[in-house]
Amino acid sequence: MRREAPKSLADYTPLLFPGLMLVVFFVVPFSTMIAVSFFKRNPSGFYTPDFVIDNYARFLTAFFGGVLGFSLLLAVLVAVCCVAIAFPFTYLLTKRPRRVQTLWLVGLLSVLSLSEVIIGFAWSTLFSQTAGITNLFVAIGLMDKPVALLPTFGAVLAGMVYQALPYTILVLYPALVRLDPTLLEAARTLGASPVRAFFNVVTPALRNTIVATLIMVFVFALGSYLLPQILGRPRHWTLSVLITDQAIYQSNMPFAAAMAVFLVLISLALVGLTLLVGRKENAL
Amino acid sequence: MTATFLRRLYFTVVALFLSAPLIVVAGVSVNARQELTFPPKGFSLAWYGQIFTDPEWRLALIHSVTLAVCSAAIAVAIALPLAWFLWRRIAPWANIFQVLGLAPFILPPVITALGFLSFWATVGLFGHFFTAIISHAIFFVTLPLVTLSLGFASIDRSLVEAAATMGADDRTVLKTVVLPLILPYLVSGYAFAFVLSLNEYIVAYMTIGFTTETLPIKIFNALRYGYTPTMASVSVFFVAVAALVFGSIAKFGDIRRLLGAMSSDGN
Repeated sequence: MRREAPKSLADYTPLLFPGLMLVVFFVVPFSTMIAVSFFKRNPSGFYTPDFVIDNYARFLTAFFGGVLGFSLLLAVLVAVCCVAIAFPFTYLLTKRPRRVQTLWLVGLLSVLSLSEVIIGFAWSTLFSQTAGITNLFVAIGLMDKPVALLPTFGAVLAGMVYQALPYTILVLYPALVRLDPTLLEAARTLGASPVRAFFNVVTPALRNTIVATLIMVFVFALGSYLLPQILGRPRHWTLSVLITDQAIYQSNMPFAAAMAVFLVLISLALVGLTLLVGRKENAL
Repeated sequence: MTATFLRRLYFTVVALFLSAPLIVVAGVSVNARQELTFPPKGFSLAWYGQIFTDPEWRLALIHSVTLAVCSAAIAVAIALPLAWFLWRRIAPWANIFQVLGLAPFILPPVITALGFLSFWATVGLFGHFFTAIISHAIFFVTLPLVTLSLGFASIDRSLVEAAATMGADDRTVLKTVVLPLILPYLVSGYAFAFVLSLNEYIVAYMTIGFTTETLPIKIFNALRYGYTPTMASVSVFFVAVAALVFGSIAKFGDIRRLLGAMSSDGN
């Protein structure tokens, strides 16, 4: 049975339920959010329908500029750290026996599926004064007494790298596992050491994959909504945290929606860029 | 020799980084008294019992499991006909539904959550439990959609053609050939959606957070009012469930293939 074009209207029936669900519960909510971003705030309820651009005008304040700059910087930092750790790691992992790979993949998936709430709680415990890692340093004589390592920027960064690292490895895994092994064999035959072969052959061959992964991890990190709140100070809040805060605690849905629309635009532009980079890779 | 040593060291450091917070949480969860200390003082499994005996935690557990069971089922019900249609028919414009199915997962989760909040508030159903089920089903439809598309792509079309030549109609082929072949992918898709729904916080919070507590919401609320060791035991419980589910997928299926290895030479 080959693939064929639908002949009658009845052939379209399988699309009915998925199409309906996705349009009613994804396209409509998304459009509602865009509409709400032009509405007026109503402190006693959610919002009043209107058409104002005040919510977008607030982007021009120094406060918002600061939050945006910090969010982008933090996401870049997380993406660079993750790819720097994950790329050599994933490469080495694909060279291990299948059983070892499977074991690691199960572990990585388990960490990746963890709720951001749990990751935040786990890291706040690890960095706490009473149960934290500094107790270990005291025990081995590195420190005099245990201290709390949060709220700090370092704690936010560690938590977010932890959250994004399994994602990074799983994004890199397919590309590295399918890497043509003859490339490496050729390099080895010509006398390159494994380390040299990795840096001079594998890394340049996967240049576009690395760029695409950096962008994907960047978008992933932009989405972190709890870790900066749990592990950092208010000045470490990102755009995602601010959106949640405005929507839930300040009951300013229109402003939250406007920021969300802005975040969508940034993310879409970057995802588009990833697809473009990916296409170039396939064309080579 | 040194290369092997360095590789082991590297793997150990990554493993330590990934497990350190979980080890500390596991240690904290067996403290005899209600305090946050590590290494634990005394040993007690009482905080694990709390998940099931304390009425509030038990209720949150029931909410979370109900939410995950139902939303994953709806997600699969949306993904299956869509993936089948895309495999069976040539209809380029139908790919738009595939994009729609992938979008909620690629965009930052806050955006999808806020979309649902504005939607349910506008239609006046805000706070009902079923709104969270539908929202999670849409949010996680990506996972069964991806696993099922992989599953359909791996079907040898000559098998299907043979069945059709023997006189089987579309429905018979679907029931006797296609469904048995994609069953492992269906189960994996369900399992992925189930585990992620169990852990999901922001969409659940923005849809039903004011009226109902799921486990992640309960942990977060508890975190704001101070510490109870039950939070630690619930976290360990979550890690165990995830490891169990993904471990079973690895045992009964091919997890490397699901994660993208060999999909180019698989058919």
